[in-house]
Amino acid sequence: MKEKFNRLVSRAVPLPIENIDTDQIIPARFLKATTREGFGENLFCDWRYDSDHQPIKNFVLNEKKYSGKILIAGKNFGCGSSREHAAWAIYDYGFRVVVSSFFADIFKNNALNNGLLPIVVSDHFLKQLIEIISQNPETEMTIDLEKQTFTTGSLEEKFEINAYKKTCLMNGYDDIDYLLSLRKEIKEFDITHA
Amino acid sequence: MSKPKTLFDKIWDAHIVKRAEGYPDALFIDRHFIHEVTSPQAFEGLRKRGIPVFNTGRVTATADHNVPTKDQHLPIKEALSRHQVDTLRKNCKEFGVDLYDLGHPFQGIVHIIGPELGFTLPGMTIVCGDSHTSTHGAFGNIAFGIGTSEVEQVLATQCVLQYKPKTMKIEINGVLGKGVVSKDIILYIISKISASGATGFFVEYAGDTIRNLSMEARMTICNMSIEMGARGGLIAPDETTFSYIKGKKFAPQGTAFEKKVTEWKALHTDSGAEYDRILTFDAADITPMITYGTNPGMGMKITDRIPTVAELKEMSEQTSFKKSLEYMGLEAGSQLLNKSIDYVFIGSCTNARIEDLRLVASMVKGKKKASQVEVWVIPGSKQVELQAQQEGLDKIFEQAGFELRSPGCSACLGMNEDKVPPGKYCISTSNRNFEGRQGLKSRTFLVSPLSAAAAALTGKVTDVRTLLNVN
Ligand code: SF4
Repeated sequence: MKEKFNRLVSRAVPLPIENIDTDQIIPARFLKATTREGFGENLFCDWRYDSDHQPIKNFVLNEKKYSGKILIAGKNFGCGSSREHAAWAIYDYGFRVVVSSFFADIFKNNALNNGLLPIVVSDHFLKQLIEIISQNPETEMTIDLEKQTFTTGSLEEKFEINAYKKTCLMNGYDDIDYLLSLRKEIKEFDITHA
Repeated sequence: MSKPKTLFDKIWDAHIVKRAEGYPDALFIDRHFIHEVTSPQAFEGLRKRGIPVFNTGRVTATADHNVPTKDQHLPIKEALSRHQVDTLRKNCKEFGVDLYDLGHPFQGIVHIIGPELGFTLPGMTIVCGDSHTSTHGAFGNIAFGIGTSEVEQVLATQCVLQYKPKTMKIEINGVLGKGVVSKDIILYIISKISASGATGFFVEYAGDTIRNLSMEARMTICNMSIEMGARGGLIAPDETTFSYIKGKKFAPQGTAFEKKVTEWKALHTDSGAEYDRILTFDAADITPMITYGTNPGMGMKITDRIPTVAELKEMSEQTSFKKSLEYMGLEAGSQLLNKSIDYVFIGSCTNARIEDLRLVASMVKGKKKASQVEVWVIPGSKQVELQAQQEGLDKIFEQAGFELRSPGCSACLGMNEDKVPPGKYCISTSNRNFEGRQGLKSRTFLVSPLSAAAAALTGKVTDVRTLLNVN
């Protein structure tokens, strides 16, 4: 069972860079753990810390004015490797939602499999969101998964999510529970399919 | 008559265990490859649920990402890498999975050993917790990378839950110019359609240019499908495919093989089948390619100049573009030709098969590398290494001043000791030029093995055609 997701009200952190790849989210040298926890510490490590491991002042995660469980990022977020560590790192850091106008496929799947909600919004809406938080970092944003809406102030956009994944997230189910219920059919398939 | 189908649809449909309204397809997986980085948490999941591996006969493991490329017979020095490889050993033993461990004659990069051992066959579904699983598609199968939660699903049930992606056909016709190889084809396509141009699609490569490529050259193309966002890429099998597979260790043998070939011949797209998107390219337009930025879509002809900010198609790209060039220490609008480089990396699942090494050797035979560059040649597998020795390529590399090391992912992602130092430029035959990919603050230019060999000789970004006396 995973944490259930229903409604979230939070501030957001803006990272308006395009093509953020999995090597930036979590550099390969940190993939050596054999558990899922602890990756948050090294989230965006090479943008966050300098070579002496001192926080780089103007990187968003180091800017005190920004906080919250929503990460708002540029187009084609999560491209590159299939490493699920990228989704773990974002979740472990404390984010529960990533907003972008476009996600890489594998990342999106990995996020959904780990209780992290990827929300696709229009380019225009994304731009508005970035402007709003940059002007006022204290702005609150509301995500209602049931209704599939992203709201802040008077702005609102509906987002798409696959019905199956939505049910999983809202109830904390994962795919294995479903697949395990098919074991018998799979066994037969395995034997008959040469 | 039933509706004409694409090759992709045929294979996908033949592997659906269950399709239910409101659910993704439960897709049966024929072959599951695993390695040390993306599997430990999946095995841990099985342990927590108290369940075994569903069918160990369909799982193959190797150690590649973390392994040292020197002194592989000694215990791994770096503690965390050692721990990860040890964990793989322990898991494979406990769950009964075959492991080609360090020192085993079949060890190597997972996407190189699958095909060379005959595990990778036409018509299959293949997954691995690694995005370059797309490589295997060169044999006419559906192969794609998955995350660790999905690795756990496949270990537990031999199935993965997936929505069927859209299909795209990329057709290339015509004859390639001298000095132009399959790596240039794929770098060219990605530069045209961008790093996200095929997201949501599964690509089928077709056309006579593709047909005329060897199996290994086809693998290089399918390998980089993921670099344009595609889940995978495949090529319909043909005589080239069948003769490559024939006699491979774990492939069907004798009459069983002949029977399979008859089945495999049906693996092609029916005429009249529809794709969601079709792109066509002309081989004559392709020249040696190079990337200048920090994603594989930022590529150009090696003789071109980097675009200027004003030339960008989308305004929104400006910030990323500037950031990227700043990271690379390059000027917008400038040429890369004759730029000095510090390292040459010949390796990775894209270009570390025997043909790649032969290509490099053919360029450098009897010559010496430029004195200021360091050149690493990392064979993709123990078998490639052995073959290189049998063919005397090791001697050619040695005389050229190249360092031939043992198999592994190496500087493709710098998880082991092989890292390009901060600020240094590396000409690389691998597949990703992301920031820090080859080591903290390293700077990568992606090229073909032929162009890498040329750069090793001159110490600069070089149009290989000038060394081959072609205009
Ligand atoms: S060689 Fe590079 S791209 Fe290929 S599997 Fe290894 S790390 Fe991944």
